[in-house]
Amino acid sequence: MELLPTIWFVAIAVLWTGYLFLEGFDLGVGMLMKGFARDNTERRVLINTIGPVWDGNEVWLLTAGGATFAAFPLWYASLFSALYLPLLLVLVALIFRAVAFEYRGKVDNPRWRARWDWAISAGSFVAAFGVGAALALTTTGLPLDANGDREGGPFAWFSGYAVLGGLAVVGFSLLHGLGFLALKTDGEVRHRARAWFVRLLPVLLLPMAGWAVSLQFLSGEAWTIAAVVAAVVAAVLAWNFARKGAEGRAFMSLGTFLLLGSASIFGAAFPVVLPSTLNPAFNLTVSNASSSDYTLGLMSIVACIGLPLVLAYQAWTYWVFRRRVSAAHIPEAHSFLPAIAAKALAPKD
Amino acid sequence: MDALEIARWQFGITTVYHFMMVPLTIGLGLVVAVIQTLWYRTGKPEYLRMTKFWGKLFLINFIMGVATGIVQEFQFGMAWSEYSRFVGDVFGAPLALEALLAFFVESTFLGLWIFGWKQLKPAVHLACLWVAVIGSVFSAYFIIVANSWMQHPVGVEMVNGRPVMTDAWAVFTNNTALVAVPHTLFGALAVAGGFLLGIAWYHLWRRRHDGIDTVGADGKVIPGEAAGILGRDRSDHTVWIRSLRIGAVVAMISFAGTAFTGDLQGKLMFEQQPMKMAAAEAACHDGTGFSVLSVGNLGAKNCDDIVAVIEVPGILSFLAKGDFTTEVKGVNSLLGEYQAKYGTTLPDNPIYGDRAGQQIQYVPVMEVTYWGFRMMIGFGGVAALAALLALWATRKGTVPASRGLMRLAVFGILAPFGANAAGWIFTEMGRQPFVVAPNPDPSGIDQVFMFTAAAVSSGVSAGEILTSLVVLTSIYAVLLVVEVKLLVKYIRGGVASAMPELAHAPVDENEDGTPRGGPGKPDDDVLAFAY
Repeated sequence: MELLPTIWFVAIAVLWTGYLFLEGFDLGVGMLMKGFARDNTERRVLINTIGPVWDGNEVWLLTAGGATFAAFPLWYASLFSALYLPLLLVLVALIFRAVAFEYRGKVDNPRWRARWDWAISAGSFVAAFGVGAALALTTTGLPLDANGDREGGPFAWFSGYAVLGGLAVVGFSLLHGLGFLALKTDGEVRHRARAWFVRLLPVLLLPMAGWAVSLQFLSGEAWTIAAVVAAVVAAVLAWNFARKGAEGRAFMSLGTFLLLGSASIFGAAFPVVLPSTLNPAFNLTVSNASSSDYTLGLMSIVACIGLPLVLAYQAWTYWVFRRRVSAAHIPEAHSFLPAIAAKALAPKD
Repeated sequence: MDALEIARWQFGITTVYHFMMVPLTIGLGLVVAVIQTLWYRTGKPEYLRMTKFWGKLFLINFIMGVATGIVQEFQFGMAWSEYSRFVGDVFGAPLALEALLAFFVESTFLGLWIFGWKQLKPAVHLACLWVAVIGSVFSAYFIIVANSWMQHPVGVEMVNGRPVMTDAWAVFTNNTALVAVPHTLFGALAVAGGFLLGIAWYHLWRRRHDGIDTVGADGKVIPGEAAGILGRDRSDHTVWIRSLRIGAVVAMISFAGTAFTGDLQGKLMFEQQPMKMAAAEAACHDGTGFSVLSVGNLGAKNCDDIVAVIEVPGILSFLAKGDFTTEVKGVNSLLGEYQAKYGTTLPDNPIYGDRAGQQIQYVPVMEVTYWGFRMMIGFGGVAALAALLALWATRKGTVPASRGLMRLAVFGILAPFGANAAGWIFTEMGRQPFVVAPNPDPSGIDQVFMFTAAAVSSGVSAGEILTSLVVLTSIYAVLLVVEVKLLVKYIRGGVASAMPELAHAPVDENEDGTPRGGPGKPDDDVLAFAY
């Protein structure tokens, strides 16, 4: 097995895990804007827990995508083109979601806010589902021909695994979002989030467990099976900590669940990065899909310097904004009399 | 329509759209960072107001750049998978590094800046903005390194029919990139300059129109106050006149910068992609003259239909070589050279699909290259000239009362956007029919190339790409309306729209009592800013 491609397979697994850990909770908080939050103030509490960090979290997705392009161009090309329509949906969801965070509070009007709330909630759901489906399919396979192109038309990617992976990331993100809210808010929202976390943990983690377990049947090894078992233990610990009100430990235990679950999934898939369901000879693997050692070496050097820096300043951001947010902290909506009056833009209520 | 055509339209539309937000982000970010630095150094309340007002507009625009940027990265794999497979070894790295070294910095530190007005010490808070802005400059660098490799492929060796990186230094110091980066940054500053100038002009005009500011017998402005409207005080006048002057100066400097770097770029391009420059001139025959106006059917396959009506001898040679006599090759002689080197028809290779055997059009669409080149220079020049006139017209402290001039200033905001778009359309369309352009260069990179016809995803149907084209274009159109509406709302709102604190505290105490911010009580600073 070649060393550098293997290192980069691990690096990309780490980037995806980092993405799911960080954006996981802000996708979850986004989905909870509907159903969980009860009024506008609560919705603003939710948004402001992730306000300073969600954009930085999303860059993990761009970095995972960019690193896949650079380190495994054939993997990137086959996966992204085969999943053309689902990824289009993910893009649309991410566009609306990003704009919604920034624009929601810019007009003091309930209808305006309600529309952007839907954009955040539905956008978070679709993005989580789509990313989960894509990740599941890259571990279980797509109908690829010898050139790595999808056969069978625009929907040939569809399989039960796509749904399972989609539900896995949606479920995990929802739970992780609840854990984050319990950790980052105070008052009513905090207590409700914790109660929901305890009650919903088993059902929300079930799809991810199902994905990890089914992959063990397909291509598991002893250590990846052990990782699945350890992940289940971490989930039980998270549940127990949350029940006792140890929110920080519950959050970290769920993070450990993700880490172990992700290790078991990527570990079981290795060394295949994207199987072909038509013919195993067309599988894209760590060896046949990777860039040259020169490129991978260059990227390794930059990543060794860059990634620790990113972790350091992102950690610092969480430290700066470490205080809990509660309804009492939410200022009134900022309405202003325009310096230059215009009929069409006068406040509506 | 063919998948290739649709994918090209999609890339063009999404990229030009994305690049309306990007130059404003880069340019305005730099300007706001300078203004906040002035506030930090002097403590003058006008600078705080300017930071908040322009910062608010900056953020409304920034998010659109973020949202549309993700499409760009995904699009290579989704619609251009053959391209991605071909260039991945060398082209993927700058993209990955852009995310790792630039986007993380930009998004994280901007989050700190937006929310950290009270949590961070003023110096640290200011530094966060600078770091974010430098991040955006880095992202420009990385993406232009990637683009420049398509214009001038360097630092690679062909292995099994694919370029493999052998010299990262050559890729990351590609001379094409080293001149394109400053050119793009000056272009971004030109956008910011026009933006400040137009909006500040509008506010000054309204202050006169509403009778707040008057003009004395000597023509000098007498700033006034509007009772009852927050932020419409004397200090407000200073905000706008200072913004106007900063905008005008930035616009003029950046035009000089784009002209200088553009000239260097032109000279490189005559060496690296002679056909692009010949097409920019609609120059059919070898010669030295620069066409001021050419008529005829620019789209005709027979170049001889084009007649240069007004031509200045020697100027074309100056643009290409720096003298007035060197003959510059025209389309007709270049066409033969390209055909001899790269064939007349697309080879019989599955990568070309149905397009195999088609005639190769080596001459780019000349309506686009000829007019794109002139629009870029024209819009840029007009904006700079307008900035100069604006400085003169406002020398006595306010703008003329003319409504027509105000409209001109406001619509003038669009000129630098037009120049940026025209420049990119020219440089990308001028590279056709290649997506990676071979350079007739003694360094031996004339065999690294890819036809655009081979780059599109072979496994994706035209219907899928058409779906995404329609979906993305419609969403972009709606979001453009939303963004412009919000910008207009906050522009009309004036400084008070960006400073809720003006309403909650007496103006003097808030601004003069705590001129440099400073942490408040722990309980208050949980949310110095809230969505």
